[in-house]
Amino acid sequence: MASSNDCDPLPAEVLPVGIKVLIAGGFGVGKTTFVNALSEIEPLSTEEMLTAVSAATDRLDGVENKATTTVALDFGRITLSPSYVLYLFGTPGQERFLFMWDELSEGALGAVVLADTRRLEHSFPAVDFFERRGMPFVVAVNEFDGAHRYRGEEVRSALDLSQEVPVVLCDARVQSSGIRVLLELIQHLLTTRSSHGTDTDQPLLRA
Amino acid sequence: MTPVLPDGPLVDEAAGRLVRPYTVSDGRTRATSHFTLVTMVRATGAQTHGAFGLEHAQVLALCERPVSVAEVAARMQVPAAVVKVLLSDLAEGGAVVAGDAHPASPGHYARPDRDLLEAVRDGLLKRL
Repeated sequence: MASSNDCDPLPAEVLPVGIKVLIAGGFGVGKTTFVNALSEIEPLSTEEMLTAVSAATDRLDGVENKATTTVALDFGRITLSPSYVLYLFGTPGQERFLFMWDELSEGALGAVVLADTRRLEHSFPAVDFFERRGMPFVVAVNEFDGAHRYRGEEVRSALDLSQEVPVVLCDARVQSSGIRVLLELIQHLLTTRSSHGTDTDQPLLRA
Repeated sequence: MTPVLPDGPLVDEAAGRLVRPYTVSDGRTRATSHFTLVTMVRATGAQTHGAFGLEHAQVLALCERPVSVAEVAARMQVPAAVVKVLLSDLAEGGAVVAGDAHPASPGHYARPDRDLLEAVRDGLLKRL
């Protein structure tokens, strides 16, 4: 930490807190579009080195291999106040990156799992992952043009989601829609914080 | 939509640069462990002492205003791990301050307090 206690000291408390939210979902489900629509800066990409434990699907001989792998992460920024800055990180879409999510999830507030009703199964790995880790998440159904419109409850049962996981409908291209998805996540965090699960009906709102 | 990549090819230059900061920092990667992608940093304006290189100067120039580690890395087009090393050097030299990471227990997702959640909610509501 800085030791400049003389001129123009800028104590660390002055700095805003960076908050991380993951935007997950299968390949081509609209993660980049979602981040683009919400970000106040042109979305950026950074390379992070992650410790990769070989995926469980690599059933060669059950030997765990550890290696560092570099993965490109797209992210966007939303300045909420002088004290808080929200960063949205798109997780690598392909299933073969799943094993890196542990490290990506570290310190994250929660996650948005984007789903495409034409390819719901592409969102299964993300849902599984966050459920297993106990990471709070919401499912946002990206309503693609021309795709059949399903009700949130239909999506919930197709994804076998527990009642407490909010399902919202959204248009990933529209900023206000994305904001509503994030608000739903925050509300979910506030709700599960005060009571432990088993709430009354989760509101199903159209974002 | 395809991800927007910074201008120019990343591979060669990034790979070339990757070696040097690590070499210069003598493998002190552990000292950087408190920097996360969303750690906010800011130049103090204090005179730097020590043998800082071009990359250090670039980092300093990029964090005149509060900015995250991820943004510095993206704008410099180098891996975040390299930027963490450079920032660590600068922080030790007093040229940079780093904010506290959002309180998270290591190895787990953040367990945010109500104040933080409400602040985030209010900030988002203002954007509607």
